[in-house]
Amino acid sequence: MADDIPNIEELSTIVHSPPKTPWMDTPTVIRKGMFCHPANPKSLDYLSMPYGRKWAPMEEDWKLPENWVEIISDGLRDRLTRFRSLRIFMDCCVRCGACADKCHFFIGTGDPKNMPVLRAELLRSVYRKDYTLAGKLLGRMVGARPLTYDVLKEWWYYFFQCSECRRCSVYCPYGIDTAEITIIGRELLNLIGLNIDWIATPAANCFRTGNHLGIQPHAFKDMIDFFCDEIEDVTGVRVNPSFNRKGAEILFVTPSGDVFADPGTYTAMGYLILFHYLESQGLDITWSTYASEGGNFGLFTSHEMMKRLNAKMYAESKRLGTKWILGGECGHMWRVIHQYMDTMNGPADHLELPKSPITGTVFQNAASTKMVHITEFTADLLRHNKLKIDKSRNDHQILSFHDSCNPSRGMGLLEEPREVIKGVCNHFFEMPEKTIREHTFCCGSGSGLNAGENMELRLRGGLPRANAFKHVHETHGVNTLATVCAIDRAALPTALDYWVPGMRVTGVHELVANALILDGENERTTDLRGEPLAGMEEEE
Amino acid sequence: MNVKDSITISAVAVLAIIALGALGAIVPVLRPVFGIAIPYAAVAVFLLGVVAKVLGWGKTPVPFAIPTTCGQQKSLPWIKASYLESPWTKKGVIARMALEILCFRSLFRNTNMSMKQGPKIFYGPTLWLWIAALAFHYTFLTVFIRHFRFFLEPVPFPIKMLETLDGFLQIGLPTVMVSGFILAGAATYLLLRRLMIPTVRYISLPNDFFPLFLILSIAVTGILMRYVTKTDVVGIKELTMGLVTFRPTVPDTVGMIFFVHLFLVSTLLAYFPFSKLMHMGGVFMSPTRNLTCNTREVRHVNPWNYPVKTHDYHEYEDEFRAHMVEAGLPVEKPLED
Repeated sequence: MADDIPNIEELSTIVHSPPKTPWMDTPTVIRKGMFCHPANPKSLDYLSMPYGRKWAPMEEDWKLPENWVEIISDGLRDRLTRFRSLRIFMDCCVRCGACADKCHFFIGTGDPKNMPVLRAELLRSVYRKDYTLAGKLLGRMVGARPLTYDVLKEWWYYFFQCSECRRCSVYCPYGIDTAEITIIGRELLNLIGLNIDWIATPAANCFRTGNHLGIQPHAFKDMIDFFCDEIEDVTGVRVNPSFNRKGAEILFVTPSGDVFADPGTYTAMGYLILFHYLESQGLDITWSTYASEGGNFGLFTSHEMMKRLNAKMYAESKRLGTKWILGGECGHMWRVIHQYMDTMNGPADHLELPKSPITGTVFQNAASTKMVHITEFTADLLRHNKLKIDKSRNDHQILSFHDSCNPSRGMGLLEEPREVIKGVCNHFFEMPEKTIREHTFCCGSGSGLNAGENMELRLRGGLPRANAFKHVHETHGVNTLATVCAIDRAALPTALDYWVPGMRVTGVHELVANALILDGENERTTDLRGEPLAGMEEEE
Repeated sequence: MNVKDSITISAVAVLAIIALGALGAIVPVLRPVFGIAIPYAAVAVFLLGVVAKVLGWGKTPVPFAIPTTCGQQKSLPWIKASYLESPWTKKGVIARMALEILCFRSLFRNTNMSMKQGPKIFYGPTLWLWIAALAFHYTFLTVFIRHFRFFLEPVPFPIKMLETLDGFLQIGLPTVMVSGFILAGAATYLLLRRLMIPTVRYISLPNDFFPLFLILSIAVTGILMRYVTKTDVVGIKELTMGLVTFRPTVPDTVGMIFFVHLFLVSTLLAYFPFSKLMHMGGVFMSPTRNLTCNTREVRHVNPWNYPVKTHDYHEYEDEFRAHMVEAGLPVEKPLED
């Protein structure tokens, strides 16, 4: 795999001026390194999704069902009656181009079909042909074209080159959200079995075992037990989390990425340490092996799949009789919780208004979903001085914070993680203004594109983020990027390592745990990763 | 379609409209058609078309609350939330929408990306599109309102006021109305921008050039009538008053250029509901902007929400019970035997 990755010089040569030929006459060349493997038919079958089959993107014949045009047309018509967003976004674009240079994939590839406006036109052109008078009469003259095999391939290629980050939507005078178009475009493609495996298989796993990685209950417990051992090694304190415990006050749900892969695992240890610390102050919390995933690859499949996968959180909280739900650090998990969960699987009448058992703070902003983000919870603890903190234990890290797309542009969670970071670290620097908060850039691997085979796409998409990070690395010596998204923790080490080698990526609660002074702990000489703390290097 | 073809088609179309308008003035039998019938038809198409489109959008449900949050959410009391960028009240949403519709807030946020070798990427502010768009829309509105003096007798005071304001540059006679010139200038900028910026040129279609040419022609014919040719304003007012009072008449003194102007405007009206110009209505209805950002506090209801097949806990436990028991995890049903 590594041999396939173009070197940095090759990837740095990006031309942003479009080709001479008009976009409709510029054929889409499906290029290796820029797409993901097609969905494993077994995964589609498991989810009762249609037309699971073996097919290959580079081959001419995609083995489509015979009546695929009809299926897609019917699907589009149906969605036009169900989503006002789709109709408005199909009708209202004036092609002003304000979005053109906002997409990280356009910035990193220079491919004009990655300009949000043009990505949407791929679908809009077909809409115009079938649903507008001008399109029916004048065709190409008004940007209308029939749905052909090539158009369909183009859809597949470019709708899976969009990470649904919504950055374009911030700048659009009509709020046209390409994420919405991509979501519905992918939904249409799924009607004829055109998904990618990095989405379909995690979705199938999530349906069966509760989490994307297919971790079965006993293995899930094993992994957390392993973290408990690690924590004991570093701190000398044994933490004892509970699982599937009825009657607990709070259910904790986090992305399974944190349980599975570094550096997310250190964030998971962070949660464990924090919960242990708060136990004596009255925190009564349980993990669940059934609801062992906050992430939701249904969002990248269809609205229906999103609802099917999301249902387990409320179901499990009801079964266990918890009062409210606390959610870990994750990106699109939080967009789903914030904007979809209550609508799809609520009302959550079996739960109570979330109230911090430590500070008494009532989370009024979560009054209906009854689900609180862990940085809201921890920021509140820090504010009320409920945590004994030694900030200097994070002094070996000079930090910047990467706003993840969904929490920032789908939720407005901007200050809470910053409050936590500033509460547990001494050295924090912001990246340039136009690259953070609502202007933030995607890691380049969101929305199910975090595979290995599309590494070139991911590195190109990650360039804007890495570039802003490199700026603070060079000006302030920043060496660590903190983030509240499991995909970021999985994807950014790769992207940063390519563009700014040697940097590290951390979750916010890993920082909290490093700084948290536990009762009966040993003197800490290393952080959770076993790396020496500032001033402890000699002792190593 | 390439840019050359797009421009050619749009230009030919607009020239044909101009020629037709002129023909309508010259051929006596066509004068009532172009002076009365077509304007009536155009207004009818405009009104019915816009209403049909807006109702069509309106009756399509908004199943999920998906606002784009462009600022801090309302959460903990000591964190300052952004009332305008992540509004949590109806009032806040109205303010956000007002800022968007009246001040083009999102365009104001625009940045310009540039890349240098390295690669190093820079994001500078860019306000030209914002300025031109504001100038274009506000002068269009001013011109539109000013024209009510042709449709109202006596001319109401506010319209006279607007004219006085518009004509603050007292250059000779007749008074120069700044709005018309700014409108023409802004439209020209928007056209040049479409041609000069490679990415914008690439996405431009005939249906981007056509309305620009149309509006430019309307502005130019209007300016010509006011400042260059001797136009019979009294005759025009007779015609327009006739139209609004449904006692239509076409005075013989009304000249060719007016007919061209009127036919261009009629075309614009009739074209409006079927084109991107409908962004005028759509901007009010965008679900990413016009919903409150309190989606965790208040439940949003989806009218077509339907039950789905889920994998419930019991199915899950049935599959993994033995493993769970072995790992010491609690189970609902004991292992048999």
